[in-house]
Amino acid sequence: MRNFFRGLFRRHDIQIGLIIVIMATFFSILSPGFLTPGNLLGLLESYSVSAIMAAGLLVVLISGGIDISFAAIAGVTQFLTATILVKFGGNWFTAFALAGLFGALLGVINALLIHYLRAISVIITISTMTFYFSMLMFVTQGRSIYNLPDWFTNKIEVLSIPFPVMVAAVVLLTTLLLLSRLTIGRLIYGLGGNPEAAKRMGCHVGGLRCFVYGYSGFMGAVAGIVQAHRVEEVVPNALMGRELDVLAAVVLGGASLAGGVGTVSGTILGIVLLAMLQNGLTLIGVSSYSFGAVTGLVILVSVSATAYTAKRQQKRSLRHVI
Amino acid sequence: MSSNGPAGSAAASKREFPVLLPRDPTITLLTVLILVTIMIFSFLTPSRFLSGDTARAMAFQMPELGILSLAMMIPLMSGGLNLAIIATANLCALVMAGILTHLLPSGSSFPIAGAILIALLAGMGTAFLVGFLTGVVVAFFGVHPILVTLGTMTLVKGISVVTTSGTVIGGFPSAILYLGNGTVFGIPVSLILFLVCAGVVGVILAHAPFGVSLRLIGSNERATRYSGVPTEWVLVGVYVFSSLLCWVAALVMMARFNSASAGYAESYLLITILAAVLGGVDPFGGFGRVLGLVLSLILLQLISTGFNLLGFSPYLTAAIWGATMILAIAIALVRDNWLSWLKLRK
Repeated sequence: MRNFFRGLFRRHDIQIGLIIVIMATFFSILSPGFLTPGNLLGLLESYSVSAIMAAGLLVVLISGGIDISFAAIAGVTQFLTATILVKFGGNWFTAFALAGLFGALLGVINALLIHYLRAISVIITISTMTFYFSMLMFVTQGRSIYNLPDWFTNKIEVLSIPFPVMVAAVVLLTTLLLLSRLTIGRLIYGLGGNPEAAKRMGCHVGGLRCFVYGYSGFMGAVAGIVQAHRVEEVVPNALMGRELDVLAAVVLGGASLAGGVGTVSGTILGIVLLAMLQNGLTLIGVSSYSFGAVTGLVILVSVSATAYTAKRQQKRSLRHVI
Repeated sequence: MSSNGPAGSAAASKREFPVLLPRDPTITLLTVLILVTIMIFSFLTPSRFLSGDTARAMAFQMPELGILSLAMMIPLMSGGLNLAIIATANLCALVMAGILTHLLPSGSSFPIAGAILIALLAGMGTAFLVGFLTGVVVAFFGVHPILVTLGTMTLVKGISVVTTSGTVIGGFPSAILYLGNGTVFGIPVSLILFLVCAGVVGVILAHAPFGVSLRLIGSNERATRYSGVPTEWVLVGVYVFSSLLCWVAALVMMARFNSASAGYAESYLLITILAAVLGGVDPFGGFGRVLGLVLSLILLQLISTGFNLLGFSPYLTAAIWGATMILAIAIALVRDNWLSWLKLRK
């Protein structure tokens, strides 16, 4: 029994979950408005865009790469899709299909460059991020699109669950199925865990990379559409700078930059942790200027603690061997 | 052994002018790209591109990005990354700006030199503290540098935002402004500062024991530790060194804008990585030369100035910077493939 609990507490998602429970208790004691359905739904709604992006980034991180360009892809596809919808009309299906197509295409371009130039993914996605975003700003001249069709901006709710939360739930479930139930999901873990072994096993690395980065681009595009629906306008640079926040959330959720490690549940917990922190601080009356400092501190402490325990466990297991 | 003698001495004599005759393919590639860019732009804008005014404008614009790129290059060479450089530079600038405006309100009798000295020391101390914290977490906790510096970036920027509530602090004595706008024999002081920094970084990386251990860590950290190098402390030094360069960049930034804020120069963050990698710094660590970085900065600046003269938007310039990066990687790959094909044929 003791060993069971000890093993449980060593699991990363359990640790993060405990931190969330402690934080939620703390905030709900200090501010009665915190644990109300309205506040929690609002919290989920405002972080649904980040959650959708995080699902895409998680898959890339598990495959051993990194994608910095998904926020720029979201901006580009948001603009392209909105322009087409305003000009020719359409419905939700065409909106998601168009955006998804553009997003996946831009993601596949990342993958092809990484694969055929044999370059490190950070460098390529930084370059393509700069390229996509600058081209977007150049073409739009920084102008926003406000005249979105009514069907697009009207708020949709099922059982008082807002549309962005539903999309985020579907996306996270799809990612969960992909990673845990499909062969391609196991291949992605394999590629991230040991690329050489995956190659020798006969895994088609180039194709798998196209899928992974295409998936991330697709999720960026979906996030872009949901964001445009939420704020009822398309602002070219609205999503820029989001990439590092999302990366922080996914890493807090236990994904490793070295690849092969990461879960959907952990990612959700990472997003919830950051969301709850900022929301709770607002409710207990801390100035919004201090969010950055607190978030930074939480990231630093969390990643240090994780790495420190990993180091200690490694030492302990080495001692067993000797 | 005797058969190796003549060959060895020939190789040694070839290495006598490493700067004049660089045998580094990256540097050759960059030189060619720079010459091609100059030719294209002087053809497109005949009288304006090759003029003293253009050269002067470029000399004033380059140092800021240049010093920040040096700050990025050092951790890159050690196999890491410092995403906090811009945030660190802004915090240093704010600390110095705060002290200057507090000690020297209009009509105060505080000696100017004393105030500047206190401000400089405080800025340096801030940079040291941030670098030390980053280095300790990277080295002793073994956290990936991207994660640590993502955290320090958010934390440091958060501290800047909290203390200033998002406002701008401005109005500095002329001695500070001289660093950004003054010239010595027609050469901008900021450019001299950049060249001094580049020289110091170059010499340290190539010859100092610290630089050698830093590059070894970038190649193989475990092997370096087993060969008796205190890798943890070298890594702490790497991030302290990087932060101190941010402090120099902060001085130049303060002087050029005559103000300091939590949000300046943020678009430079990823451009510095681009400049370093374009300059031949291996993103996995271990390899890279300051000369390559300087050449890549010149190339990026030429592209930006040329497109500016042609009347293009700065966004298009940034897009072309991104494309240049990918193009350079592609050219290097094709060249390597071609070289190995030639070797195989022999």
